[in-house]
Amino acid sequence: MQRTPVNVAIDLGALGLDTIEETSEEFSIGAMVTLRQLEQHEGLNSYSDNAIKTAVQDIIGVQFRNMATIGGSIWGRFGFSDILTVFLAMDTYVELYKGGVISLREFSGMKYDNDILVRIIVKKKPCKVIYDAMRIQRTDYPVITCALSCIDGSYRAVIGARPGKAVVVEDTGILSEGITEDSAEAFASYVASNVRTSTNMRGSAAYRKHLIKGLTARNIMRIGGQI
Amino acid sequence: MEIKLKLNGSNIVREIAPDLLLIDFLRDNKCFSVKRGCETSNCGLCTVLMDGTPILSCSLLAARADGHEIYTLEGLQEEASAFVGFLADQGTDQCGFCNPGFVMNTIALLRENPDPTDEEILQFLSGNLCRCSGYEGQLRGIRAFLDSREG
Ligand SMILES: Cc1cc2nc3c(=O)[nH]c(=O)nc-3n(C[C@H](O)[C@H](O)[C@H](O)COP(=O)(O)OP(=O)(O)OC[C@H]3O[C@@H](n4cnc5c(N)ncnc54)[C@H](O)[C@@H]3O)c2cc1C
Ligand code: FES
Ligand code: FES
Repeated sequence: MQRTPVNVAIDLGALGLDTIEETSEEFSIGAMVTLRQLEQHEGLNSYSDNAIKTAVQDIIGVQFRNMATIGGSIWGRFGFSDILTVFLAMDTYVELYKGGVISLREFSGMKYDNDILVRIIVKKKPCKVIYDAMRIQRTDYPVITCALSCIDGSYRAVIGARPGKAVVVEDTGILSEGITEDSAEAFASYVASNVRTSTNMRGSAAYRKHLIKGLTARNIMRIGGQI
Repeated sequence: MEIKLKLNGSNIVREIAPDLLLIDFLRDNKCFSVKRGCETSNCGLCTVLMDGTPILSCSLLAARADGHEIYTLEGLQEEASAFVGFLADQGTDQCGFCNPGFVMNTIALLRENPDPTDEEILQFLSGNLCRCSGYEGQLRGIRAFLDSREG
């Protein structure tokens, strides 16, 4: 940390961005909220069916999660990010100091610039979310991250740690006749074939495809209440 | 720059370089229980409590401790003595290098959750790595301590 050259350092610590505010319409999460605060927030976890807690709980240890912020995690748009994956599964927006409020999906595709992330906004649309990740070992980086959600009746899968950055795949109607083993398999195959994977030291591209198929099919059955 | 903080119960004022890490600040102030392991947030050896919350002193600038309260194992001997004997009884440590960080995080765990399940213990302490053991001794030691209180 000390040896990394830093040209400009800005301390956001005193801006009061370390709280999660909940109204009937949305959650407003300050950029300096820690991962541990996300993990312990009753409202967020009740809304996300504990998906947020599940997504952060294997990120190193409690001590690290007391320090790492949602602002740094979302701003980084890291390939391995459990956090980007789970927040992309909900109706999430970012508020940028200069850039205003834009959807997280748009933000995740933008180039890095010198703006400042002020807060993350999650709209409380009727939503069910399931989060899963495959790790070789607890606290390691994930081999694949996989979230599935149903927002206002529309299904979406979010796949990260491909090892590239998380991407969203929307249902094109495969699940419109309801969730069965067949439709779950068909959607999982559709997701796997529409997500580019590659190989790194944690797993091969083919292994990741295999995981995407298995985890997505299982998540659909879970969201449909079949398992 | 000047920082003022409470270290192990004493108010101190020190002149520091802005890029000084908290771990180095603490060791410069004779808190040698704070160990340097990975320096990349992975191992938990450098765990200290900041305002009662466990954090990694290798990944925080000392400047961020200005106005806060820091405890290292040197200042929590009495609280630690309640359970460390149970760890020793299980032959938990070999080299013992991971022990101070592990004890600090166990103190944080027991303050937050005085009656944790085995799964809660494993979850809370998963950021404390030990190169010598297989973690079974640590779990048995904490469990023996918790069971002794119930008896
Ligand atoms: C060893 C290790 C293992 C990890 N494993 C995982 C994992 O398994 N899963 C996972 O999801 N994450 C993982 N992470 C990432 C971690 O969860 C955090 O996302 C990461 O540390 C960044 O959070 P931070 O608060 O420390 O940000 P910082 O390091 O402070 O910031 C990261 C970057 O974002 C910029 N930045 C920070 N806040 C803002 C803001 N408000 N506006 C604009 N720019 C900003 C900083 O300038 C910097 O460039 C890991 C990190 C480490 C060090
Ligand atoms: S030395 Fe701080 S986490 Fe390893
Ligand atoms: S006893 Fe040696 S690292 Fe834990």
